This record gives sequence, structure tokens and C-alpha cells, in this order.
Amino acid sequence: MGEVMLQADNVMKTFVSNKKEITALDQVSLTIQQEEFISLLGPSGCGKSTFLRLVAGLDTKTGGSLKLNGVEINGAGRDRGVVFQQYSLLPWMHAWENVAFALKKTPGLSASQKKEMAYHFLELVGLKGFEKHYPAQMSGGMQQRVAIARALVYRPKLLLMDEPFGALDAQTRRDMQDLLMKVWTEEKCSVLFVTHDVDEAIYLSDRVYVMSAHPGRITKEITIGMHRPRDWNDMLSEQFLYYKREIVSELVKQKSLQREAAQA
Amino acid sequence: MKKYTLISVASILVVLAAWSIVTYGGIIDPLFLPTPGDTIHALVEEIEEGIFFQDVAVSFYRILMGFVISTIFAIPIGIKMATSRIWLAVWEPFVGLVRYMPAVAFIPLSILWFGTSDLQKFFILFLGVFFQEVIMIADNCKTVNKSLIEVGYTLGFSKREVTRNIVFRAALPGIVDTLRTTWGWAWTYLVVAELVAASSGLGFRIMQGQRYLATDRIVLGILVIGFLGLLTDLLFSWLYRKMFPWKLMEKAKE
Repeated sequence: MGEVMLQADNVMKTFVSNKKEITALDQVSLTIQQEEFISLLGPSGCGKSTFLRLVAGLDTKTGGSLKLNGVEINGAGRDRGVVFQQYSLLPWMHAWENVAFALKKTPGLSASQKKEMAYHFLELVGLKGFEKHYPAQMSGGMQQRVAIARALVYRPKLLLMDEPFGALDAQTRRDMQDLLMKVWTEEKCSVLFVTHDVDEAIYLSDRVYVMSAHPGRITKEITIGMHRPRDWNDMLSEQFLYYKREIVSELVKQKSLQREAAQA
Repeated sequence: MKKYTLISVASILVVLAAWSIVTYGGIIDPLFLPTPGDTIHALVEEIEEGIFFQDVAVSFYRILMGFVISTIFAIPIGIKMATSRIWLAVWEPFVGLVRYMPAVAFIPLSILWFGTSDLQKFFILFLGVFFQEVIMIADNCKTVNKSLIEVGYTLGFSKREVTRNIVFRAALPGIVDTLRTTWGWAWTYLVVAELVAASSGLGFRIMQGQRYLATDRIVLGILVIGFLGLLTDLLFSWLYRKMFPWKLMEKAKE
């Protein structure tokens, strides 16, 4: 693996709700290498999306250090691409315009070059022929493909994905995972993928960080040593099931610990 | 759709029939309510006198000017109020207060200031339209999906660029709807202003009708305002469909 891309050290995030201070993230430390695919896995409320928003620069941390390529993150920027869970396409634009919109701030590109790149990336995510469709004319899965194309078209070094397939049906979800693998292999960027789906995390990732809730902490880190490329059959392999057992038992353990803490 | 049209036409016909029965049947004195025939006759008369189209043009000019002036200010200020806390703090108390002052109550004052000129009509229209528009447009902008705004920031846009390229564009259908609504209100303010102090225009003609007990001209004036309102409303809805085809697709999907 290459150099460190993202370095998080003891990142804290607290906020005040109903006059009570709530710790959303408690000393979260992790690293992402160049061209590495990392998943942040945990139950809802564990702060995984909060962490992603900090990396995206959409929220500010309350403690610790969060460095991208050695520089402390301060606000959003084009070195990162973000794919949100849903409803993030501009509804008044055709698919290709949505993708080209991300190139608005790219200097030195003519309008026709931008259009060409948008068409190219739409083809990459399997949407050739749908360039002139409005988001309202597309299914949820297709809309997320456009969102992925838009996040990749300006070639960010780090792609942040916040439960991007969470709102899709199971079959579409599988297809999208394979599509993402294909695109990631071609585009070669680092990925921080937030999910609550154990299979998805193992299937996609080089490494998985498991988080627990209240407060949000990383409780386990697992390196997925499975060969690539992967396909569905691999989800039945001994190796895959081993990782799954490891992660599920960790999640169960954290849940019972929490229950004890609540009763105490 | 066919059924809809049929029922709509039938509903108009029923009203027309009722009107005909009570007037031609002699149930109501023509002094209080003219027959449909008399009303059409009044229209022909006014056209022949050369005042009909002149009245329509004068009133339309006034409302258009008053409305455009109000809107030119209301759109940028409304957007600013939705996106900047400072602008909100400056404008909200003021707008909130004036909004509840009936524009019509300013007519005596406006005559003192501007006489019975067109400027006086613009002033009343501005009071009636601007303060409503600005609040409604600010609301249109506030309801823009937060995740669309965040997309803008992740793509490296400044706040200004996000406001122009995302907030404004996303709020635009709502803004057009707001204009459509306030345009309807503007007619009321205009006619009231013309009733009180004018020497031309549809409101003035209605007032004249009262003075000379020409009930047919009063009813004609009211009907003409109604038709003009309906026409502009259709224009707005046509514009909406042309400008926002995607909005209709979203509705069809629901």
C-alpha cells in the first residue's frame, strides 16, 4: 500500500441537545492509505455518518486531529468527492448536466470538454443512453449512479460514500456494489464507505472499522485479506464467513455491553 | 380530462342560467343587476366610445409596473433573507410589521404624497405586493433541500455560488408560484386604488358606473377584471409548465 491519505487521531465530536452534551464521536482514530477501500461499519447512531461529514468538511470536529495528505481539514473541498444516501441530484438538470455541474469550478475546460467528460463518466457507471434524462425519470439506483459519476468526474483523491445504497432494494444494491468495485478499480482513488450492512462492508473493503454507539467509538479493525476481483460466490467462502463471524460477534458483544450499561 | 372540461363548462353554464333567470324573469330589478344581454351591450358601447381598451391598457400598465417594481426588490431581498442571518435580522421585523398594515389604509396618505398620479398606484401596489412577496420568497428559499446545498459545498462552491446556482434554482418553481398568487392580490389593490382616486382605468370606470347608476357597466368592469385575472393565471401556469418540465415529472411519479 502507498502513503497515508487520511489520518484521524482522537477525533472528538460533541454537540448540545436539550441542554445536555452528547458525545457523537469519542476519540476516533483511523487511517486510510492511498487507493485503499475502507468501510466504517456500525449500528445507526454510532456516529459513522458524523465522521464522514467531518472528513467532507460539512461539520467541524470538537477535538483531535483530522488530516488529509498531512493538512488539517478545514471546510469542504474538491480533493474529496461525496455521495450522499439519496436526493442529492439537482432535479432541474439532465443527468449529464448534473455530472458536468461538478466541473464548473475546473479551470481550463471548454463547455464541450465538460460535456464529453460527463458523457464518459455516465458510460462508466452504465448509464449510456440516459444522459438526457431528468432525475425524476430515473430509478433510485440510476440516480445513485449519476451521483457516483458526479463525485468521480473531477477526480478527487478521496471518495466519501454515506450509505449510498441504503435506500435501494436488495438486487439493485448488489448490482451497485459490483459497479462500484469496477469503477473503483478503474479510477483508483481512496474510498471511505459508511454502511450498516456487514456483507457489504466485507465484500467491498480492504479494511473494515467496526463502530459502537453512545458514544461513537471504533471498537475493532479487520483487514479483509480476500483476493480481488470478488464476486457473489466469494460471499459463501470460508474466509468471508470468518470475517462475518468476527464482525457480527463484535457487534453482538457491543450491544450486550450497552444493555448492561443502560441497566446499571 | 374530457370529463373535467365538461363539468367546468357545465358549472359556468349553471351560473349563467341562474343569472338569466333572475334578471330576464324580472325577479331582480335591472337597477340592481343587469341582464347578461345588457352587460354585453355595455361592452359594445364602451368599445365604441373608445374607452374600453384604453381602460384595460391603463390598468394593466399600472399593475404591471407596480408588480415588476415590487418583484425586482422582493426576489433578491427574499433570497438574502433566507441565506443570511444578518439580512434576516435587518428585514424581518420591518417586513413583519408592514405586512400586517393594510395597504389600502395607506391610500389617503399616498394621495397626499403623490396625488392621483400613476406613482400613487405604484406605491399602493408596492405596499401590498412587496411585503407579502418578500416573506413568501424567503420561505420558498428556506425550504430548499439541505442536502442539495451541501452538494454545492462539496463541489467547492462558495456560499455565493451555492446561493445562485442551487438555492435560487431549486426555489424558482416556488417563487413562480408565489408571483402567481401575489399577482392575483395585486389586482385587488389596483382596483381599490383606482376606485378612490383615478381618472382612468377599470376601477375608475366601475366608480363612474355607480355615479350614473349604470349597473351594467359596473358588472362589466367586475367581469373584465375577472377575465383578465384568469388569463394571466393561465399564462403563469403555462410558463410554469414550460420552465419546469422536471417538476411535472416529479408530481407524476408520486
